[in-house]
Amino acid sequence: MVDRAATLAGVRDVAPMLLGVAPFGLVAGVAAIEAGFPAEVAVGMSVLVFAGAAQLALIELIGGGGAPAIAAATALVVNLRYLMYSASIAPQFRRYSARWRTLLSYLMTDQAYALTVVREGPVRAYYLGAALAMWITWQVTTVAGVLVGASIPSSWDLSFAVPLTFLALLAPAVEGRPTLAAALAGGAVATLGVGLPFNAGLLAGALSGIAAGGLFALRTEENPVAEAAESVGGAEDSADATEEPTDPAEEGGGEQR
Amino acid sequence: MTDATTLWAVVVVAGVGTLAFRLSFVMLFGRLDSIPPRLAFALRFVPAAVLAALVAPAVLGPLALDPTATTLADQVPRLVAGVVAVVVAWRTGNVFATIGGGMVTLWLVGAAVAAL
Repeated sequence: MVDRAATLAGVRDVAPMLLGVAPFGLVAGVAAIEAGFPAEVAVGMSVLVFAGAAQLALIELIGGGGAPAIAAATALVVNLRYLMYSASIAPQFRRYSARWRTLLSYLMTDQAYALTVVREGPVRAYYLGAALAMWITWQVTTVAGVLVGASIPSSWDLSFAVPLTFLALLAPAVEGRPTLAAALAGGAVATLGVGLPFNAGLLAGALSGIAAGGLFALRTEENPVAEAAESVGGAEDSADATEEPTDPAEEGGGEQR
Repeated sequence: MTDATTLWAVVVVAGVGTLAFRLSFVMLFGRLDSIPPRLAFALRFVPAAVLAALVAPAVLGPLALDPTATTLADQVPRLVAGVVAVVVAWRTGNVFATIGGGMVTLWLVGAAVAAL
């Protein structure tokens, strides 16, 4: 039913990325325990949410005494990018049944999306190989983190590995001046807002950053809105967006992993 | 401390919402063929904005308006480790190296500050 050679190709292509995911999984497990999550909730989070950055954001906020509703809302903001992946990959999933599309969507990650979206023809077997390898790696490493988390002394300050992990993700996300503006505004507002009620500083920072990046792009780029739509395989009225970018600030603009 | 039932609720809400995002356009395809251009434009800045908002307060704590924030002296190891990790992340793009470099710097500077 599923082409085994294509599945193995997916596993092979995602393998180097698993090395990058394993430390995130370990950190997510260790940090959840340090933040006071019971082991079964920490593992359940990896199964239900299955998204590293969002899980780490949740853990960070709950561990810092943040309001549960703000923590959940922040995790959802972090995961907004899946709307974009979903729109972008929808044509390739179109041929499969609703049940298959549900499973394929649940397994969606930055890595499986990025590997699959550039392929032609039927993608299910290849995507499953890459996505299931990611899923298994994520579950195994978070369980391992949960198991060792309890025995690590707090003097090691291992919770600092969480912001360091975000930093490693931030570097490739800043790919031009507009995204740099988004990062600077987001970081500044979140830092100034640390004392805000309900730990809302993070959410305020994220929204300010998105606004700053958008304003910067609107002032410095030609037709950035149509270009963004084009990058997710979108809008019909994108005649301008097919032109080669000429401004250096536009290089790689709109490309998201 | 947040109790286990509340934590489960947070995890379930985040999980169901995330699945809805992942399913959204895959399931709507045909009825809604493309993401609205304005939404796509805004989404382009989500990763940089959110990740920076997560990193900055942990590294720049004392600059916060919060009067209970830790003092600069407590924060020096984190500041130094954060700067080292930024350099490593941008130079290598390697996750292991970024976490390793940052943690080792944190411990070394922490030990140095404690010895003063």
